[in-house]
Amino acid sequence: MDVFFYIAAVVAIISTIMAISGRNAIHSLLFLILSLLAISVIFYLLSAPFIAALEVIIYAGAIMVLFIFVTMMLNIGLEREAEKKWLKPRMWILPSVLAAVLLINLIMAIKSLPQITAGTGAIQPKQVGISLFSTYLLGVEIAAILLMAGVIGAYHLGSQKKKVKHRFLEIK
Amino acid sequence: MLTVPVEIQILFAGILFFLGLIGLLVRRNMIFMLMSIEIMFNSAGLVFIIAGTHWHQPDGQVMFIFILAVTAVEVAIALALILQVYHHFKTLDSDAINNLKDSN
Repeated sequence: MDVFFYIAAVVAIISTIMAISGRNAIHSLLFLILSLLAISVIFYLLSAPFIAALEVIIYAGAIMVLFIFVTMMLNIGLEREAEKKWLKPRMWILPSVLAAVLLINLIMAIKSLPQITAGTGAIQPKQVGISLFSTYLLGVEIAAILLMAGVIGAYHLGSQKKKVKHRFLEIK
Repeated sequence: MLTVPVEIQILFAGILFFLGLIGLLVRRNMIFMLMSIEIMFNSAGLVFIIAGTHWHQPDGQVMFIFILAVTAVEVAIALALILQVYHHFKTLDSDAINNLKDSN
C-alpha cells in the first residue's frame, strides 16, 4: 500500500509544479486536475473513500470545469506580454527561497512532535454523516447560508450592467 | 492499511502548500493566482484528512466538507470578479489594476 502513496505523492507534486509554472492557462488547469486526482488517490489510501469521491466530483469535476469555462470565455490561451516580462527564472528565486525557509521550519516542527499512537481501521462514511448532522449541524446551516450568499454575490458580480455615465464624467 | 509515517504525510501536504505559496508570490496572472490559492486550500484539507485518519475520528472529514463548501463559494465569487476585471481593464495582469493608487 505504501508504494501507491509515494507514487501518487510524486505525481501530485510534479503536476502541481507544472501547474504553477506553465505559460498556457488551459494546460496548467489540466495539470491541476491531474494533481487533484492524485490527491484523491491519497485520500482513498488514507481510508477516506467518501472524501476521495467528493474530491473527484466537486473539485476536479465542478470547480475545475468552472475555471476552464471562464478561461475559455476570456479567450486567454497564452499569457500576455506583461507577464512574459515578469516571468523570468530570476523571479522565482526569492519567493522559492522564502517558501523553502518556511518549509524547513515546518519540517523542524514536525520532527519535534511527540510520538503519538494512531487508531486503526477505516472511518466509514456513516460515521462522517452522523457527526456532520449531529455535532456539526450548526456548521452545516452556516455553510448553507454561505452558499446562498455566494450564489447571490456571483449573480450580481457576473451580470453585465449597462454603464450609465453623466455626460460631464465621460472620459474623452 | 497505510503504514507511511504521519510525518511524511504531513510533509507532503506541506510541500503542496508551499508550492501554492510560491505560485501565488510569483505569478501575476489572476487566473494563476486563484489556482495557487486552490492548491493551498486543498493541501490544508489534506492535513485535516491525515489528522482525522490518524486519530481515527470523523471530524477531519467533516472539516474537509466545510472547506469544500467555502472553496466552491470562493471560486465562484473570484471568477465573477475576474470576469468584471477583464471587462474593465482588458487584461488579467494584477499589476495593471492600480486605480486606487495615488497617481502623484
